[in-house]
Amino acid sequence: MLYREAGDFKTSYHADNQTFPIKFDRIGFWITMVIAFLVIPFMINDYWANAIFVPFLIYAIAAIGLNILTGYCGQVSLGTGGFMAVGAYACYKLMTAFPDVSIVIHIILAGGITAAVGAAFGLPSLRIKGFYLAVATLAAQFFLVWLFNKVSWFYNYSASGQINAPERFVAGVAVTGPNTDPWAQYMICLVFLTVCALIARNLTRGTIGRSWMAIRDMDIAAEIIGVNPLKAKLTAFAVSSFFIGISGALFFAVYLGAVEVGEAFGIQKSFLVLFMIIIGGLGSIFGCFAGAAFLVLLPVALKVIGVDVLGWPTDLVSHLNLVIVGALIMFFLIKEPHGLAQLWRLAKEKLRLWPFPY
Amino acid sequence: MKMKTLAAMALAGTLAAGPALAELVIPDLSYRTGPYAAGGTPFSDGYQDYFALLNARDGGIGGEAVRIVECETGYNTEKGVECYEATKGEGALIYQPLSTGITYQLIPKATADEIPIHTMGYGRTSAANGEVFNWVFNYPANYWDAASVAVNYLLDENGGSLDGKTIALVYHNSAYGKEPIRTLEVLSEMHGFELSQLAVDHPGQEQKSQWLQIRRERPDYVLMWGWGVMNQVAVQEAANIGFPMENFIGNWWAGAEHDVTPAGMAADGYKSLNMNRVVDYPVLADIQSMVHDAGNAAGDGSNLGSVLYVRGMYAAMLAAEAIAKAQEIHGVSAVTPAMVRDGMEALEITAARMSELGMEGIGPEFSVSCQNHGGSGQGLVQQWNAADGVWVPLTDFIQPDDSVTDPLVAEDSMAFASESNITPGCL
Repeated sequence: MLYREAGDFKTSYHADNQTFPIKFDRIGFWITMVIAFLVIPFMINDYWANAIFVPFLIYAIAAIGLNILTGYCGQVSLGTGGFMAVGAYACYKLMTAFPDVSIVIHIILAGGITAAVGAAFGLPSLRIKGFYLAVATLAAQFFLVWLFNKVSWFYNYSASGQINAPERFVAGVAVTGPNTDPWAQYMICLVFLTVCALIARNLTRGTIGRSWMAIRDMDIAAEIIGVNPLKAKLTAFAVSSFFIGISGALFFAVYLGAVEVGEAFGIQKSFLVLFMIIIGGLGSIFGCFAGAAFLVLLPVALKVIGVDVLGWPTDLVSHLNLVIVGALIMFFLIKEPHGLAQLWRLAKEKLRLWPFPY
Repeated sequence: MKMKTLAAMALAGTLAAGPALAELVIPDLSYRTGPYAAGGTPFSDGYQDYFALLNARDGGIGGEAVRIVECETGYNTEKGVECYEATKGEGALIYQPLSTGITYQLIPKATADEIPIHTMGYGRTSAANGEVFNWVFNYPANYWDAASVAVNYLLDENGGSLDGKTIALVYHNSAYGKEPIRTLEVLSEMHGFELSQLAVDHPGQEQKSQWLQIRRERPDYVLMWGWGVMNQVAVQEAANIGFPMENFIGNWWAGAEHDVTPAGMAADGYKSLNMNRVVDYPVLADIQSMVHDAGNAAGDGSNLGSVLYVRGMYAAMLAAEAIAKAQEIHGVSAVTPAMVRDGMEALEITAARMSELGMEGIGPEFSVSCQNHGGSGQGLVQQWNAADGVWVPLTDFIQPDDSVTDPLVAEDSMAFASESNITPGCL
């Protein structure tokens, strides 16, 4: 009833190709955008920004990055944490070396540097596949963390090996450093996420996205029909790392403000982002958002319900969180390999027919 | 049923959002899960039990009841930030994160929010300079003091000279473990010993190569900056290569019962620093009778009297004394975080006060000032007696070499001040 296509006519190719072909979806999208840009910034406080919104937005960017590589191009990567570290340390070095340049440019450049590093580590993907590639990216993860711990130049020779984000401004408003308002933190992440999601969506439905998907589905067949695997795989690594680098830079500069590489960008970060795209849905932009929201919200929700409402011990709730995430991953891998995005797709199918299913 | 849950959630929401009630809110950012839980649990138990004792025995501090808000961080900085944001709205008076990584996160945030942080024997060492770090306190001692105390102890053992000796530092490869390196480098130049550094990556279960290197190089002494599961593995590995335990000295986070018991008799003779003496204090009996027997123990009650439990209790005592001091200075019992900061800066711990509290000689005597947030920096050396299963204090509190640590503190804190545009000064 609510969700229908009847009367929604497309009269041009352009209209037929749009991201949200159903009117109800378009309205929903614009309402979401209005709430995200015009309502939340006025209501947000420190807790909501730091516990929920900022991590969600940043992880969504990382999930988009990994989803391009794994979900669209079929190259399994366990190096997400390491690539986020590249973004964070590149951003830190740029911020401290060129304090007069805008932080926005630094974050984009950090993404560019990560793209170059990612493409370099993507070279072995031309020869090795599947599990073997996963192991190669795992090596990248450990190498990068080791590098940022070992070489003091990366952390400006500070005694503790920590990097701290100095205060930086966008249009006169502090976006990094301790005096940042929660709305400013939220807005810069939101703007980056919106732009990244738009770019990702349009890349994945164009020529380059189709060549990635061809490689994913069957690389030999793709090669025979004229897809260049070198170009497809390396662009997937570069674009994916670009997004992951941006998320790493935001994670360090805007969200945490001080970072220690082994702790913040360890192997568990790679797995966390991988779980996000598995639960959210491989090969779907919406899935990145759903997965990131799910894994950011779940521990917070469990904590609020378990500790604050039910009064359970904190360690019990924390262990329960691990159990639930593990069980959910198994559930999704068995029951719904395409994740939350597929559930949403099925729900839409059902809603279109409701209340008269055949 | 559903309505009831909704009502409970709404109630929790209003409680969380409501104004600060007339009570003293102390957040406890604990970690009872993850690879560092073995250390986090007894510390948190001791921290909470002491406040529970104050509530049960004295009706709180200065007539105000203490409310503990526990938040599990898992030693993870992201969760630490979430916990900080979740608890600060409730009127948190003082933070004790028990993690150097989380401390680095919280220093700028808490400074901006004007809430004091007490990082007892961990955290950012240069926070001892209170003119730069107005809201951060690390009394009674810090890592650089620890490094200096360890070297002073070894000097004493070797008749005043370490010339030509080699000392290996086995450290947790993180901000925590890297902290003492700079001091040890200065000390190695000063006293002529050779320092070799061996990093152990988080969480520290894999140390075969580091101990192989120690076996090959045969250093005279091994110092360790470890925490969590890393300590147990290191003690076991040292036993495996037959390294003499009496030449193996851990810092004060590498010297608890659970660090040495897994190695059994092989750990006998292992030494560690400590900033609080562990003996059978009268206050522990009070906690047993008024908190544990009343069923209010923070954990399962099994940690009472262990090294880290006593340290947690000591931390709680220092916080309670600072709050009492703040009440005295400002003449109100419902203090604010800013008042607690004043109390911390005016804190004076005397031997008489410690015996009055039923913990005679638990720590060194010290006083805090605006210039010095670091206390006296003294630490003692204790040794593990595996047969009886007790830590035996070997020395009294040893004075660190302030002529080494003070310039380093000044240098590092001034670098931070210029980086963050802080003009040093008292509040």
